[in-house]
Amino acid sequence: MTTHPPYSPPAPTRTVITGIGWVTPLGHDIETVWHNLLAGKSGIGPTTSFDSSTFPTTFSAQVKDYDYRPYVSVPQAHEGIGANTAFALGAAAQAWRSAGLDKVDALNRERLGLYLGSGEGVLDFEHYVEANLGGWDAEKNAVDTVRWAAVAMKGMTALAEIEQEPNMPLSHLAMEFGAQGPAYNCLTACAASTQAIGEAVQILRRGDADVMIAGGTHTMIHPLGVTGFTRLTALSRHTGDPRHASRPFSADRGGFVMGEGAGIVIIETLEHALKRKANILCEITGYGSSADAYRITDMHPDGRGAAVAMRAALADAGITHHDIDYISAHGTGTKENDSTETNAIKVVFGDQAKDVAISSVKSMLGHLIAAAGAVELITCVLAIRDQIIPPTMNLDTPDPECDLDYVPNAARQAMVDICMSNSFGFGGQNDTLVVRRYEA
Amino acid sequence: MARSVVITGLGPVSGVGLGMKPTWEAMLAGRSAVSRIDTFDPSGFPCHIGAQMRDFSIRDYVPKSYRKATKVMATDIEYAVAAANLAATDAQLRTAGTDAEAVVKPDYQPTYNPARVGCHIGAGLIAAEINELTQALSEARDEQGNFDMHKWGREGIGHLTPLWLLKYLPNMLACHVTIIHDSQGPSNTITCAEASAMLSIGESLRVIQRGSADMCFCGGAEDKLNPMAFLRQIFTGRLTTTGNDDPAGAVKPFDEKAAGMVVGQGGAIVILESRETFAKRSEAASGDQKPRAYAEVAGFGASQSVHIPRSNQAPDPNGRGIALAIRAAMREASITAEQIDLILPFGSGVPEYDQAEAAALFSIFGNRAKEIPIASTKPIVGNCFAGAGGIDVCIAAQALSEQIIPATINCDSPLSGLNAKSQASRSAKLEYVLTYSAGFGGQNAALILKRFTA
Repeated sequence: MTTHPPYSPPAPTRTVITGIGWVTPLGHDIETVWHNLLAGKSGIGPTTSFDSSTFPTTFSAQVKDYDYRPYVSVPQAHEGIGANTAFALGAAAQAWRSAGLDKVDALNRERLGLYLGSGEGVLDFEHYVEANLGGWDAEKNAVDTVRWAAVAMKGMTALAEIEQEPNMPLSHLAMEFGAQGPAYNCLTACAASTQAIGEAVQILRRGDADVMIAGGTHTMIHPLGVTGFTRLTALSRHTGDPRHASRPFSADRGGFVMGEGAGIVIIETLEHALKRKANILCEITGYGSSADAYRITDMHPDGRGAAVAMRAALADAGITHHDIDYISAHGTGTKENDSTETNAIKVVFGDQAKDVAISSVKSMLGHLIAAAGAVELITCVLAIRDQIIPPTMNLDTPDPECDLDYVPNAARQAMVDICMSNSFGFGGQNDTLVVRRYEA
Repeated sequence: MARSVVITGLGPVSGVGLGMKPTWEAMLAGRSAVSRIDTFDPSGFPCHIGAQMRDFSIRDYVPKSYRKATKVMATDIEYAVAAANLAATDAQLRTAGTDAEAVVKPDYQPTYNPARVGCHIGAGLIAAEINELTQALSEARDEQGNFDMHKWGREGIGHLTPLWLLKYLPNMLACHVTIIHDSQGPSNTITCAEASAMLSIGESLRVIQRGSADMCFCGGAEDKLNPMAFLRQIFTGRLTTTGNDDPAGAVKPFDEKAAGMVVGQGGAIVILESRETFAKRSEAASGDQKPRAYAEVAGFGASQSVHIPRSNQAPDPNGRGIALAIRAAMREASITAEQIDLILPFGSGVPEYDQAEAAALFSIFGNRAKEIPIASTKPIVGNCFAGAGGIDVCIAAQALSEQIIPATINCDSPLSGLNAKSQASRSAKLEYVLTYSAGFGGQNAALILKRFTA
């Protein structure tokens, strides 16, 4: 038998963030959104994208007054795109420019990859319902698919249907930036864009690309999205001012608030960034991923999988929990997530758990589902840049089960060099990233 | 040197059958599963045929303790769960899913270390079951019979089961598989149309190579034989509309008369593991409990095609993206174009796509592209979308293990003289097999498998 040498990984290639961009319920550019987050502003208000007035939840955190066209080079190439692609194009264009890549002529596009965590596109609800009801045979309790086809083919359009595929934001970004390197879209529910960024780092470390466009985009603020989460009793049914509806870690929290938007980062190998004298915002040093393998609806009560992901990210970064200055929590505002996440942090951080600053910007932005992790990672980059931690708003009533330092209700100046960002998806997918101040 | 990774379990599910035995038999015989669709009445659409799964019941593939959960599985999820079960059984893995006596719960100990087992599964956009949803929608009509959003918000939504959404989240394929087999390592769900399964297998390869897991469930599955998903494919203009009267002969990859593809149901999960893990398992087992390595994974590559009249919805006629992925896989395998003995192409039978592939193959292999046998599985199992690449990897691995080239069908006059002509299965000396997937939207993945030697 041939003997195979034991696996010895090479010294990991360092990977750095050189560009950031986002489209969120609190604005469409980095500084505005960041300013709003530090001021504790809420992006949540009445849902206007469809008539949700009789739903148990009538509010959400919508992206407002946004048009992707100024961000793209040839708007006609993207006509007919869905909301996910529109958000992604704006966020990616910001990231691309902030990385200075718009001024680089010689970028090797075969070494430019993409890894997104984009969600399912928005259904053409009006024509879908029209076809379903048009084909409904009440006697047979079934849809007559011949009639359905006739109505559907009249009302629905090819473009609108095709653009719902979850890889379409990826395809449009590839088109916009000419990317021909490795290209992936992952959809691991609420963990998707954190996972996408982690896997993008792995592609760079392996040497399969020099530059990756990574992040996520998603909206589920549409009739069936809201229906689905309502049935799961996952959404906040807050009765007062919707701006106070998202209440992570507060004893009176009652579910998450749907948000929408996109977050995109440009990640490069350090070598590539240095060579082109890029402005380095941050270094990504750690990524950990795990599956709860527990239940489709619930997290493992001990936070088993979450703790595994956090530990793996720390080990990958070559640091211990003592080194973490700030945790951007998944912090959805559901009963279960916030207490389980708190437990998992205690498992990993031990006696230090009470000393680390933790916050959830979902208290202001709502839950951007697949896009949440990327947006939250960007807040970590900015926290390191500006030495300030965004608050957890609406934390009015401490919960004995959530007894850590969640930076309640006001931003905090602090020494922030190393941050951890957590995302946990429905179905038990857990992902954690570690970013740190770049030092040569 | 990168860690060596081998394929030790194959779990294909498709219109030709469940598991490797019937699948391989159909591939050897060139027996097509394409027939008239009867999951719904297709006569309102211009295409009436597909490769439909027959005699499938998810209850045969989950342990008793997990049967209740099948109520929240879309068929896409069912296929992945069944495929994972077949793959794990084939790989001689004892888990709560394969052990008839077991109960799926956290304290069951499989024969592997759960923390070191990952799961990467490709999935598509899952369509809601139309009758269930429409029944609920029909409760929200006003007196004129029109849909009333107010009524829907007030009472209509209550007609859906509380866990309704969870049937349709693409990550639920991997989620159920990880729960049943207690796989707690890195897990992902790739949604890149037809490239999904092969990208997922590539991701498992990377995870094992970098030491984050020792073994992975990987592949993909999808079911587009429902009105909504089927219509979206009609809208792409890729389905054959001239083959309704001759289903078995309808899909003609690389043939000059190629006129489109058909939708297939299914996919595959395979077990990838490090060579050391496999060797250890082999040593510990005896007799018919011994696992078997079908092939070694020699190289993987991924790329994006950029050719854009509109949203990457037409292929680059030069097939540059496909060629990039294949070249990357060949680089990793450290082989030259001379060393590929068989190609399992994407080969959908859609003329523009076949031409793009042919261009890519000529750009890499030159005139040798006319010599290397090219055997598409699509006339037999259809295009299984997110599951397609998984089936191709199963066939590539089995071909290497058996040293047999599967049959090719429905190709009388191949494009540009490619060696894709209809031919019976035959023995051949196979050292390296190339397979690749090209997804709608431009994502490409290529995998090179090598004959396994201990």
